[in-house]
Amino acid sequence: MSLRIIWRKTVNVVMLSLTGLCALVTVSALFVILGCLAWKGATSLHWSFFTNLPAPVGESGGGIANAIVGTGKLLMLAALVGIPVGLLGAVYVAEFASATSAFFVRYATDLLNGVPSIVIGIFAYIVVVLSMHHFSALAGGFALGVMMVPIILRSCEEFLRAVPRSLREGAMAVGASKWKTIATVVIPAASSGILTAILLSLARVAGETAPLVFTAYGNQFWPHGLNEPAAALPVVIYNYALSPYDDWHRQAWAAGLVLIVLVVVTNLLTRVLLQRQAMGRR
Amino acid sequence: MKVVTASPGAAKETAPDLAMRMLVSDLNFYYGKTQALFNVNLRIATNQVTALIGPSGCGKSTLLRTLNRMYETLNDTRLTGEILLDGEDILKQDVTRLRRRVGMLFQRPNPFPKSIYDNVAYGPRINGHKGSLDDSVEHSLRRAALWDEVKDRLNRSAYGLSGGQQQRLCIARALAVDPEVLLLDEPCSALDPISTAKIEELLIQLKENCTIVIVTHNMQQAARVSDSTAFMLTGELVEFSPTPQLFTTPTDPRTEAYITGRFG
Repeated sequence: MSLRIIWRKTVNVVMLSLTGLCALVTVSALFVILGCLAWKGATSLHWSFFTNLPAPVGESGGGIANAIVGTGKLLMLAALVGIPVGLLGAVYVAEFASATSAFFVRYATDLLNGVPSIVIGIFAYIVVVLSMHHFSALAGGFALGVMMVPIILRSCEEFLRAVPRSLREGAMAVGASKWKTIATVVIPAASSGILTAILLSLARVAGETAPLVFTAYGNQFWPHGLNEPAAALPVVIYNYALSPYDDWHRQAWAAGLVLIVLVVVTNLLTRVLLQRQAMGRR
Repeated sequence: MKVVTASPGAAKETAPDLAMRMLVSDLNFYYGKTQALFNVNLRIATNQVTALIGPSGCGKSTLLRTLNRMYETLNDTRLTGEILLDGEDILKQDVTRLRRRVGMLFQRPNPFPKSIYDNVAYGPRINGHKGSLDDSVEHSLRRAALWDEVKDRLNRSAYGLSGGQQQRLCIARALAVDPEVLLLDEPCSALDPISTAKIEELLIQLKENCTIVIVTHNMQQAARVSDSTAFMLTGELVEFSPTPQLFTTPTDPRTEAYITGRFG
């Protein structure tokens, strides 16, 4: 073999290993995070961790029940803002908008998606917290809802556009108006995709901390109603991780584990849903 | 039913005087700045099969899509002239009501991703059907010669049917709103010969109480199923006669050239 060929083969082997190594690093990052969370947090995972309120420093048996409920409430409020605005906005862009206005809405949506979450938090602080004069779950839900809108709008638009033109024509050929066609054929045909978009956006905002620290603020007790500060998993992690107590550190790890398991389960669920849609199409 | 006499524009009109379901006069159609139809005149006889033939791009599908104003789903189209349905101008009618009266079937079967039952029941449901929906679904499936094949699996997905069955399901869906006219845009182009034969047989049965206009690439198909045939070329209607006459003794040399296979 000539030197040239040996050189070429060496470069090939080196580059191939490099690309493989980078892929491995990416994949292992996820597993290292998961493993670390399980290693540090699993010991704190008792049944009481899910059912008890936080305990004062030094007392054992504290839980994060209020944060789990709080995150649930915040996500529900966020869904109330994010789903109708995102979905109907997607219907407008995909079905009614002219090329210019569709371009404009899409561009603005992408920009909104890129706004740092802390800025969304400040926005919600100014709009909701300052006008109500106190922190509340409502303000936190509003902030998360604003973050959901661009995610839902952009992916729902794609799913609506993917519904074949022939289906719309089939509906219109038996006398369905445009609105009826959208409501009875297009949206149902895209329903698994739409549900996927909603679940993914919920999973995405469930882990947001920055928009919540000065809107929902956090709460050590059971929240009553939506008009007062509420605890949330990411905020609990943030507060506990910054504290000087070992016990709280362990609970922060455990809360992180709970959060990431929720996100992973949601992701798996969306996979299943999308697969079902693909099979229905066949 | 109104009997409309021949319009003066239809010079090469040789069809016998039948009751006319639809009447197209001096129709011009434009996609943006491109003119797709030039002064088309066509008389569609009640309860007959009218075939539109011609090479690709001759405007036959465009003409079909003007008859139920399906072209309106596209942007930047313009139409001049007059189209009458039972003597009424279709351009002045409510478009959803028009499409209930003038149904349409497409090149490829396009069932909804719903059950067989819900596909057929779709039209009656959105149009506020009175009476038994079950009866209406059964009746439509029977008319489409599909009932015996699907009666035991009405709640299964329509996507489980074969291509030919799907196309007949789409016929049943169109029939469920009881249209007076059925427009078919190359309904067999995606089907195998056996499914095609079934659909053709069905068309002959359906014309007992439905007026049919069919666009087809296939001249044998036009000869088999239609009563009269219109030959179109580059947006013009060249010749319109009873089918046997058009295929045996065409009057226009262009028609003769096309049917003898010299082009197209």
